[in-house]
Amino acid sequence: MAKTLNVLLAGFGGQGILFAGKTIAYSALLDGKELSWLPSYGPEMRGGTCNCSVVLSDESIGSPLVTAPDVLIAMNLPSLDKFVDKVVPGGTILVDSSMIDKKVERTDINVYYVDATKIADENNMHSCAIIILVGKMFKELGFCTKEALDGAIKKVIPAKKAAMLELNQKALEIGMNS
Amino acid sequence: MAEKVLMKGNEALAEAAIQCGCRHYFGYPITPQTEVAAYMSKRLPKEGGVFLQAESEIAAINMVLGATSAGVRALTSSSSPGISLKSEGVSYIAGSDLPALLINVQRGGPGLGGIQPSQSDYWQATKALGHGDFQLFVLAPSTIQEMVDFVSLAYEVGEKYRVPSMILSDGMLGQMMEPVEFPTKKEGPVAEKPWATNGHKNQRKKNIINSLYIEPEELENLVNERYERYAKIKEEEQRAEAFMVDDAEIVIVAFGASSRVSRSAVMQARAEGIKAGLIRPITLWPFPDKTIEKAVPTAKEFLCVEMNKGQMVDDVKLVVNGRKPVSFFGRTGGVIPTPAEVLDQIRALAGKEN
Amino acid sequence: MAVVFEKPKALSDVPFHYCPGCTHGIVHRLVAEVIDELGIEGTTVGVASVGCSVFSYNYFDCDMVQAAHGRAPAVATGLKRALPDNCIFTYQGDGDLAAIGMAETVHAATRGENITVIFINNAIYGMTGGQMAPTSLPGQVTQTSPYGRDVSTAGYPIRVCELLSTLSGTALAQRVTVDNVKHVLEAKKAIKKGFENQINKRGYSIIEVVSTCPTNWGLAPAEAVKWLQDNMLPYYPLGVYKDVTAEGGNN
Repeated sequence: MAKTLNVLLAGFGGQGILFAGKTIAYSALLDGKELSWLPSYGPEMRGGTCNCSVVLSDESIGSPLVTAPDVLIAMNLPSLDKFVDKVVPGGTILVDSSMIDKKVERTDINVYYVDATKIADENNMHSCAIIILVGKMFKELGFCTKEALDGAIKKVIPAKKAAMLELNQKALEIGMNS
Repeated sequence: MAEKVLMKGNEALAEAAIQCGCRHYFGYPITPQTEVAAYMSKRLPKEGGVFLQAESEIAAINMVLGATSAGVRALTSSSSPGISLKSEGVSYIAGSDLPALLINVQRGGPGLGGIQPSQSDYWQATKALGHGDFQLFVLAPSTIQEMVDFVSLAYEVGEKYRVPSMILSDGMLGQMMEPVEFPTKKEGPVAEKPWATNGHKNQRKKNIINSLYIEPEELENLVNERYERYAKIKEEEQRAEAFMVDDAEIVIVAFGASSRVSRSAVMQARAEGIKAGLIRPITLWPFPDKTIEKAVPTAKEFLCVEMNKGQMVDDVKLVVNGRKPVSFFGRTGGVIPTPAEVLDQIRALAGKEN
Repeated sequence: MAVVFEKPKALSDVPFHYCPGCTHGIVHRLVAEVIDELGIEGTTVGVASVGCSVFSYNYFDCDMVQAAHGRAPAVATGLKRALPDNCIFTYQGDGDLAAIGMAETVHAATRGENITVIFINNAIYGMTGGQMAPTSLPGQVTQTSPYGRDVSTAGYPIRVCELLSTLSGTALAQRVTVDNVKHVLEAKKAIKKGFENQINKRGYSIIEVVSTCPTNWGLAPAEAVKWLQDNMLPYYPLGVYKDVTAEGGNN
């Protein structure tokens, strides 16, 4: 992978955008990399647009604000429309195709469509769609070690929510195999 | 070494204060600093401390004045509009020669402004946070680790010289997470406070914490004495980071969030063969004029990058004093400049020089 | 030789700057006597406010903090939270307590902040030269109500004890005056109760002392006392507005 990986996760509030960003960030921490995690923040508490910048790097990080993502995880159409042209050439977009029926027209980037929300619903893991996409991102880009990713998901879910941990681990698995 | 953890800047500030022995927090809710108060409300009761949500920022800073008078390490935090309200209390704290720590997680202004990150309170923090002749010791962290490290520095310097201290943060640094490590050493030696009004126990003369002096000569003498302490702070407490400055022809000066953006731009400029460098003031007051001065002979151009309409650039110009051109680039209103925008500025200056 | 009268120990050996006929001197003395009787000078911290009593930090012999205008309750809160076992009192005038500092006053009371507040109500701003106060009476002539306080534009005077007595955190709200010996003795009893409440951790105690300001009222000292009796006491009736110890206590 590149020395620095700029990741942007975007969707509605409540889709787990910040949580997924934190999972990616923690996996970098466990790999001993430099990282930053920056949420958008605004007056909307629920249902508003939400995005999260995560930068992973081998060297100390300058701007934590991702304006030209190497990777975009798009969880709804407004987010895809807003950021599709910002992705660097050769970059990657992961699309939740349950939420977005549009195809990306750009040909200079890699696009992966995963029916994440639908698969999550079928598996009774409603809030885990984005984690399925994180699993897919791991499979395609290998942005961290498997151990780090496994460790990260344990770090971001409090120990007392064991059932949630199991669901998220399963979601990662589904993503890695899709 | 302690384990590295991921923490939001605002939470790291709060935890650092607790680890420095702060057990008294007084605040009022405002975005984007709310996590400081929320963290304190959760942690302080478990540490036997006091978390008090005051009726206003004005009350909160005066509670800090009271607790600090009693000799304890207290804390208040707010964001720009709330800091304006605190300015009265800050002036009284300075006029009473009390050390106190306040945190400003800046947002756009003036007025209600916005809630996105800004650096438009530089003038307020370094020139006039309240009425009268006085200064605060102002630190500008640029990483979450520095937020932790600077809390103890702010307390120590404030107590050593009996001046109020401020950590000037912003919405970006407050909201972002980075790996952070808390020093394993417990709180350092806390300065003796023989001046504290904690009850004389019939064992000493009474102490008075006061900022009122009716006789002009008396007040002048006191202010002069205070300025001697300020001179000492200027001499001994300046801090700045110089990044790739030794051979730099274009020297960017930027602090806090905008210094991170500028650092990215400097790296990209270097990759293009442009000799750029970055001076990052860590203490905003005292302004690190020694570091700027050192760069004047080798620099061809200075470029100040800020998230405001140009405030610190005045201080840079005062040091450079016409010997080299000083230009400015900024975004304001809560907009964070991009490395690409700063790089464009660097390229333009490089083109001008060639 | 037997001593029949002396300065309370808790007063410094410094001459007061107050005008002839001003009641600040009496109230200072009462506070100091109470501090002496309770033996708490060494653990008491007073908070001086802005107004004629601004220099009270020179007069009380305990540790003193001088607060910004209206902020004494907030400063006292900070002190008390840092020193829960010490006695903290504020000494405030009507402009300080009931105008600029009303938010701090109401919230300190409603939090049940365990402090003692001595409130001097003389219906005028003394130190700045006699402007209308939040407690100036309807029709009262002051520098900034030269035609008399017009309630249609300047509103009505605030009855502080009545207001604060509605708050659950208030332990004691009592209005007293010092126009004669009997009232002085009652005032001292009330002030003592205010400090005892604090020692017994009962919450916020306020003792409002209806006071004179001969200089700014434009009256001789004896006339000022008469004016207080004829005009102020009817609007500000003396009495206990709340007393949790009388209600069986809240501890």
